[in-house]
Amino acid sequence: MILISVLTFKAGLAMIMFLITLGIAAYSTYFERKVAAFMQDRIGPNRAGPLGLLQPIADGVKMIFKEEHRPEGSNRILFILGPSIAMLTALMTSAVIPWGKSITIGGTEYPLQVADINVGILYVFGVVSLGVYGILIGGWSSNNKYSLLGAVRASSQMISYELAMGLSIIPIILGSSSLQLSEIVTSQYEVWNVFKYPVGFLIFLICAFAETNRTPFDLPECETELVGGYHTEYTSMKLGFFLFSEYVNMFVSSAVIATLFFGGYHFPFMSLLPAGLAAIIGIAVMFGKVIFFIFFFMWIRWTIPRFRYDQLMHLGWQVLMPLAILLIVVYGAIFSFI
Amino acid sequence: MQLTNRSKQVSNKEMTFSERMYLPAIAGGLRVTFAHMFKKGATVQYPEQVREHSAVFRGQHVLKRDAKGRENCTACGLCAVACPAEAITIVAGERQKGEEHLYREEKYAVQYDINMLRCIFCGLCEEACPKDAIYLTDRIVPSNYEREDFIFRKEDLVETVALEGRIDITKRKKDK
Repeated sequence: MILISVLTFKAGLAMIMFLITLGIAAYSTYFERKVAAFMQDRIGPNRAGPLGLLQPIADGVKMIFKEEHRPEGSNRILFILGPSIAMLTALMTSAVIPWGKSITIGGTEYPLQVADINVGILYVFGVVSLGVYGILIGGWSSNNKYSLLGAVRASSQMISYELAMGLSIIPIILGSSSLQLSEIVTSQYEVWNVFKYPVGFLIFLICAFAETNRTPFDLPECETELVGGYHTEYTSMKLGFFLFSEYVNMFVSSAVIATLFFGGYHFPFMSLLPAGLAAIIGIAVMFGKVIFFIFFFMWIRWTIPRFRYDQLMHLGWQVLMPLAILLIVVYGAIFSFI
Repeated sequence: MQLTNRSKQVSNKEMTFSERMYLPAIAGGLRVTFAHMFKKGATVQYPEQVREHSAVFRGQHVLKRDAKGRENCTACGLCAVACPAEAITIVAGERQKGEEHLYREEKYAVQYDINMLRCIFCGLCEEACPKDAIYLTDRIVPSNYEREDFIFRKEDLVETVALEGRIDITKRKKDK
């Protein structure tokens, strides 16, 4: 009985998370345009509905009703597979993120996490690195030089930065002696990881920008050089999926940053509140952190110009990776001697 | 010669470690963009808000009527002659009996077209007019999809008979 109720709860949670992810990603597009506008002393979308709040819906409807087009000489199956993989992998990651403390209703504990697998962080990295296939397949199957260049850039960039990203969190895994995301969050009950591993956080943050293909690392798309990069030939909702998966990725990496470095659903003076209230505020705090990082992604986008490609590779391989390895040595020494 | 004191001496010196890290510079950039979020924009939301025109603004033309609602224009053609862009086309006609309430003098314009694509809004027609019939107003000529729709017919130019609907041209009159 308990098992069934927990399972239904998990299924419901998965569904809700799916909808929340899509909703937040949709409103990120609106939010991005608004943030861009405010930072450039403009007003931004304000015609569709009050404050322009219906803009994402209008954009979605527009995307769906656009003409479908497939370039000549492109591989039909791979052409459809590309955006599908991009979207799928973007949506899969949020399953292992703990959104709040477990809630106890009628003696049964309901964890606010769809799948609390013991290799949570490895799952995140595994799924995120699958995302490059979507871009690569989409770019290659378009039969377009710009798309191919964008895809090649994307894959080499993502592979390069995955290394530094993976290495930068090893100190955290050493510190919390677990790969499970819920364990990593509970280990930050007293001190958030960002205060323990500030340099690791910086490396992870920079790599997160590169992994989501956001400015200053948006070389795979860069409109000014490659037209649209890997999605040059895409139209209609297939293009929508590519663009949308970028926002979903942004949401998910914000959630991962909040989970790994900013204590997830923990907030100061949490122990002073009753458990139920603390859990509910914890969910709000978690989403607050996620939204802050989404804002941070946009803030960076409208501040820093794009890197040159050799600078990007230099930063990834010659700065971030040695620094991450150095951190592993330093923290390894600290943990083994103290 | 020094025009302002804002000039900076450029040097080729090696960058310091903090400069090579770029992070302080990025933080500075983030501060600038964040500060801009709270600045008041200069946007004028056009159809709802209209930026105030200067007193001498010359926009869409109006053909005036007199106090009794009769058209001032007598189709003398001086405006068409004065027009450097040749935007005005006039066909004159003679006033018939019983039309005294429509036209002020014995001659009137049967056709009065202004091609708004040709018009350069110089205001020479207004200056040429001896009958106070044509004025440029502070209204903006609306955009259109067809070239044809930019040729404003007499019906589009003449103001209403009712006094409330009249277009205020006192600003332009003062000018003369």
